Amino acid sequence: MLRINDDLIAAEKSAHPEPSTGIATVRKAQRVAMMKNEAVYSEQTLWMLAIKNKRDKQAFGLLFDHFAPRLKGFVIRAGAPAGQAEDIVQDVMLSVWRKAHLFDPERAQVSSWIYQIARNRQIDIIRKEGRPMPEALKAEQDEAEPDAGQVLAMEQEADVLREALDRLNPDQRDMIEKAYLGELTHSDIADATGLPLGTIKSRIRLGLERLRHELKDLR
Amino acid sequence: MTHQTSHHIPDALMAAYVSGTLPRPFALVVASHVSMCDDCRANLHAHEAAGGAVLESIGEERLSGDLRSKVMGALDDAFDMAPEPAPAKRSGVFPGPVMEALKGQPPKWKRLGGGVRQCILDMGAEGSARLLHIPAGNPVPEHSHGGLELTLVLQGGFSDTTGHFDVGDVEVADGDLEHVPVADMEVDCICLAATDAPLRFSSLMPRILQPFFAI
Repeated sequence: MLRINDDLIAAEKSAHPEPSTGIATVRKAQRVAMMKNEAVYSEQTLWMLAIKNKRDKQAFGLLFDHFAPRLKGFVIRAGAPAGQAEDIVQDVMLSVWRKAHLFDPERAQVSSWIYQIARNRQIDIIRKEGRPMPEALKAEQDEAEPDAGQVLAMEQEADVLREALDRLNPDQRDMIEKAYLGELTHSDIADATGLPLGTIKSRIRLGLERLRHELKDLR
Repeated sequence: MTHQTSHHIPDALMAAYVSGTLPRPFALVVASHVSMCDDCRANLHAHEAAGGAVLESIGEERLSGDLRSKVMGALDDAFDMAPEPAPAKRSGVFPGPVMEALKGQPPKWKRLGGGVRQCILDMGAEGSARLLHIPAGNPVPEHSHGGLELTLVLQGGFSDTTGHFDVGDVEVADGDLEHVPVADMEVDCICLAATDAPLRFSSLMPRILQPFFAI
């Protein structure tokens, strides 16, 4: 099982003692792993880990280029006035930088984590009080490397979900987008016949089974 | 704390919770149930992942020329790396989100007649959330409700025409259901109940008393 850890990066560094930024070493680690025919994390996860572990601005720039235009599209679709949309994008992206230490690739895909930050930001603007949140699970005390198998399972889900979304007919896809953009009430969602919530969710298996298992150990 | 929960949060409610459109009283029930039920916690993650997939696949909008440099320039601003403010912890039978709503204090119970007591947690335009304390073997006065009612069992259990509900179970009742939940014999039942419309009790007395009890 692959672990893109500091050992790997350190080994790379000593093999190529040139000045390098975090993202460059991560890329090299990725190449090395690929040559060894091992699975690798997605670019998004590698960017987020470089931001979390090294405060890597170059990695943040790449994350920004990927997500900021989508976030702008997202918040406009979710009802933000065009004039405010970029302010919200800026807030969300800065929150990503400032909360990076809380990112846990075993629990959430990068897109899922940023989605939550974006929704919470828009909810904050609409409501005075945030929504009630579940109890936090007992945090693991040690700063252990994330379990690569779990991280890859979560990433695989993100891919499978995106593909499932792409395969929906336009009406179904529109309803799913509306539901997660916050354009539908719970009764709208319950009443929407043919809303393929189950189809979408049944695509999520592997990572969740592992997560469920892991949650039991955290009790 | 482990529970074999058999009545869970339906997907429509979970999707609305994730997207933030679920009325606050229901969101309190969802957050409380998720605190007690690993299956629903995993399901919550699934819906968040679906939200992430929507974010990934949504059409991109062109950014103003200076947005990137503005954001990159702000990265060096000082900020607090503090952990998220820790959500309240469970206390006795009350899960963290309920303790949060109680502001960390034990519930202040008010008599509701028939030995039933309540403690209102949230009352507003979006509906209401309350704790109900029902003596073992006693019924909750017959009631119906205009909208949706969610009831989460925190202690004991109850039965009505739709089935039996144990600790951790959620009953989802729509406006048409007129029901008389009866607490199990063994132990007093404590529930978290949320509605988006006022409860209406069917017998005369409680209806007269409703304004006084803020039901």
